[in-house]
Amino acid sequence: MREKSWMRDYGPIVLAGLLTGVAALMLTAWGNPKNMGFCIACFERDIAGALGFHSAAKVQYLRPEIVGIVLGAMLAAVSAKEFRAKAGSSPASRFLIGLFVMIGALVFLGCPLRMVIRLGGGDLTAVAGLLGFLAGILIGIVFLKRGFSLGRAYPVPAAEGAVFPGILVLLLVLLLAAPGLLHFSEEGPGSQRAFWLGSLAAGCVVGAAAQRSRLCMAGGLRDAFLLRDFRLLSGFAAIWITVTVGNLIMGSYHLSAVSQPVAHSQYLWSFLGMALAGWGSILLGGCPLRQLILAGEGSGDSAVSVLGMIAGAAVAHNFGLAGNPDSVTDGTYAVGGTSAAGMAAVVLGFVVLLAVTLTHLPKKEGAK
Amino acid sequence: MIDTRGFGCPIPVLMVRETLQKEAPASLEVLADARVAVENVTRLARSMGYQVAESPDGPDFRLTLTKE
Repeated sequence: MREKSWMRDYGPIVLAGLLTGVAALMLTAWGNPKNMGFCIACFERDIAGALGFHSAAKVQYLRPEIVGIVLGAMLAAVSAKEFRAKAGSSPASRFLIGLFVMIGALVFLGCPLRMVIRLGGGDLTAVAGLLGFLAGILIGIVFLKRGFSLGRAYPVPAAEGAVFPGILVLLLVLLLAAPGLLHFSEEGPGSQRAFWLGSLAAGCVVGAAAQRSRLCMAGGLRDAFLLRDFRLLSGFAAIWITVTVGNLIMGSYHLSAVSQPVAHSQYLWSFLGMALAGWGSILLGGCPLRQLILAGEGSGDSAVSVLGMIAGAAVAHNFGLAGNPDSVTDGTYAVGGTSAAGMAAVVLGFVVLLAVTLTHLPKKEGAK
Repeated sequence: MIDTRGFGCPIPVLMVRETLQKEAPASLEVLADARVAVENVTRLARSMGYQVAESPDGPDFRLTLTKE
């Protein structure tokens, strides 16, 4: 009986974590950047580049994984009768939070999902990101306990919930039928890509599994600390373990804090970048992956959050805020990281999140 | 009656938990509009010693929590 209950509670989420980990490994083997089989922040940043929203030549590609995740989630939600078009929960604030979640993630060089994938590749620089992410989540929890909420969403016509998935389908059609309209990196991470159909299929599988299991990187730590509920955290752990074991088997596990792919060892700003992303994810009700899943389920508010992230990617690269990877030039190891502008943007992000938080706390009783 | 409709994670669970902790009612009705909220509230209520009965309420869900 107890085993059945455990399987019911933990089976789908562990399976989703396993599938996500395997899909990440496969996408890297098929051509995606190392330790970046999946990265929601990086892939949305690449999409922003493909559309010309920024001109960082190394990070431009219309990543089919993002399209696949949303469509997979939508198909799963429709088949389970869980597709509900809703909107109206502080959309402008969500746009702003999404923007700064993206800036924080790009200062670190990865969303929470890629953070776990980096850890699974032996990248010890990502530990600073993990600690920062945890710190950001704990800040978010403090305000959740005080009643923070972005407010209710309300039912809207089903077509409204299909707008964002529809936009992504249109972008996929552009990729396949009119690639000349898009920008494509010829070097750097944006040039490293799996075959589009493999990317789309892997995205669909992960999107569907994440929708059914409610997989969420931020939710895992939030529920563990706030509710003593470890279900979502087991999905987080399953990804980490799967990617670690897979990398060990394939000989691509490199336990080191030096020369990790698309990573930097500017630890303080990795910590602070992911603290910003973690706090923002708690305010949004889920990590960047979860926002894609909710957008696939018909949430217009999550669609706006994702659009905020895409805008944040453009801001990050147009204003030189994103982190640069460590590099070796003429035999000398150079520590990368973010610029003074990136540091200022992270600090500004904390101020903005605090302002959004304070304006969405319940009014004290008796206050006019 | 607690109406959690329209709130995203983890607000529905926090709303229900606060009421169960502060008032320890013998029974409580909860309205939810998302399957994920139903699952999370059900798990919380069971962990706090409540039985949970679920019924449809139009397009939404009505949960009846009863102290065991």
